Amino acid sequence: MSTATIDKAAPTRTVKYGSMSRDRTWALRWSYFFLTLFAIFSLVPPIYMLITSLKSSAEISAATNPWWVFHPTLENYIGLLTSNQFLRFFWNSALVSIFVVTLTMLISVPAAFALARMRFWGSATLATGVFLTYLIPDSLLFIPLFKVFAMFGDWTGIQLINRWYVLLLIYPTLTVPFCTWIMIGYFASIPKELDEAAIIDGASWFQTLTRIFIPVAMPGIIAATIFAFTVSWAQFLYPLVFTTSTDQLVLPVGIITTLIKGDVFNWGQIMTGALLGAAPPLIIYAFLMDYYIAGLTAGATKG
Amino acid sequence: MAEVALQPHGVGATQAGRKRPSLRKTLKRKSTAAFLMTLPLIILIGLLVLYPAFYSLHLATLNKSMQRFIGLGNFEFLFKRETFWLVVKQSCIFAISAVLFKALIGFIVAHFVHNIPAKGQRKWRGMLLVPWVIPPAMSTLAWLWLFDPSYSAFNYTLSFFGIGPIAWTGDADWARFSVILVNVWYGAPFFMIMYLASLKSVPEQLYEAAAIDGANWWQRIWYVTLPMMRNIIAITTLFSLIVTFANFDIVRILTAGGPLDHTHIFATWAFRIGIEGSDIPLGASVSLFMVPILAIAAVFILRDVNKRGNEA
Repeated sequence: MSTATIDKAAPTRTVKYGSMSRDRTWALRWSYFFLTLFAIFSLVPPIYMLITSLKSSAEISAATNPWWVFHPTLENYIGLLTSNQFLRFFWNSALVSIFVVTLTMLISVPAAFALARMRFWGSATLATGVFLTYLIPDSLLFIPLFKVFAMFGDWTGIQLINRWYVLLLIYPTLTVPFCTWIMIGYFASIPKELDEAAIIDGASWFQTLTRIFIPVAMPGIIAATIFAFTVSWAQFLYPLVFTTSTDQLVLPVGIITTLIKGDVFNWGQIMTGALLGAAPPLIIYAFLMDYYIAGLTAGATKG
Repeated sequence: MAEVALQPHGVGATQAGRKRPSLRKTLKRKSTAAFLMTLPLIILIGLLVLYPAFYSLHLATLNKSMQRFIGLGNFEFLFKRETFWLVVKQSCIFAISAVLFKALIGFIVAHFVHNIPAKGQRKWRGMLLVPWVIPPAMSTLAWLWLFDPSYSAFNYTLSFFGIGPIAWTGDADWARFSVILVNVWYGAPFFMIMYLASLKSVPEQLYEAAAIDGANWWQRIWYVTLPMMRNIIAITTLFSLIVTFANFDIVRILTAGGPLDHTHIFATWAFRIGIEGSDIPLGASVSLFMVPILAIAAVFILRDVNKRGNEA
């Protein structure tokens, strides 16, 4: 754009240079202006959570300026963090997420290695199948899965519905396909010479995986782990369908079903709970933003 | 590493003689090992994804007590119900408009972030991605509170501009707007990140060449940026279409389908009927209606992903 203007008015070059940089400054100013607007739009809900969480119920119902805290108090935080029920939700969520992440990585890393490196009969089809599975949403499967687990309970007498550990079986269906898919991408980008050298030196396939592929593809593994954790922490539909007793609930469902009692909304506590529930992913994101973004973009860009 | 060090003793002695059989053995071992490594994945997908998916086809042909086969009876029943067509319409409005706005906002914001000096980009990107990081169930609660009928912070702010209290979740049209707004808020950052990554991969020379040819900013977007980003735009949009079409959390928490079923989409309505109304077969039939749209999107995504694979 700027170059074109210079060409047309070559004689007044110095003046045009000035206007060029002026154009640039204005473009920058507009960029910052709109970015600020969008940042406000993005941050209003979390900031409003924080504002409300610091208010007492009396201040909330007094309907003063909602964007300001006049008498900040920590009573909501103290109330929730000393309530056994809330701690139970948090504990269930943490337990489920940690187990699911471990399971996911144990399943998807070897599978991705086999699919990326050890071509065998049907491996290409299986890789495509894994990708297609990733596209099947939870809202398509929750009803048949519910029925399947109910039948399983009738046949074997092992009751899985309304137990928190049923989520350990279900969540991997959401995390494993994507993690396998991005790990296939990462493993495929490792030069062939590396594992050929290892095989020639007498390493077994398992050793090639643990000694060479996993260390080299560590960024991918971290990204996949973060993905698996965020998905299992945030999942809402499955725990809503499969768990009902208050001692089996995970955090998102727990907050919604126990803190909202009929028409009585204790908004101070709800917002505190929501903020505490959003904290673990936010903290991980704050420290590992680059891995988080790598995982996000790898899904669609790694072919 | 220990094995590698030990190996020379054994191999060095009978290198020539052992080469052939050991190669065959490796091959043999390789396929078995590969199969064993993928076995958990195959079992997981087979038992907990494929089996339930096909089982829901069977479920959809049963009556409410799941004892009698009624063929397409559930579908006939659905076609006669007005609510069903309302849900179809709403799902399409919801998914299409939400994806459109997400893509548009993502595109614009990605350009603004790309415009500013590289040093500050990280900070802005970090802030703008926050909606995507917060679990949607948690952030929707914040929106629910922002939309509260009597304490809405938005209405408080708008009252200074003389705009009367808006029934964000009470009025059918406003409720649809609110649901879409929350979805756009949640999903736009994903588009922004994807577009930003792809904007960075457009070679600077193309813009220089376009500038020398006298292209204005609009022509540069239309003839350089968009064609270079076509693939990523297609994939991101289709991905998002699937996710948005199958959305559950946001609608469920914000309106639970109300007022008078005017914000129900397939997932929330299937939940209402199948789990809350315990008519599992009918719920399964409702969620099956998502399949055609998902399948079409999946076919296109697969084509694009394969194409990208071949190019690389």
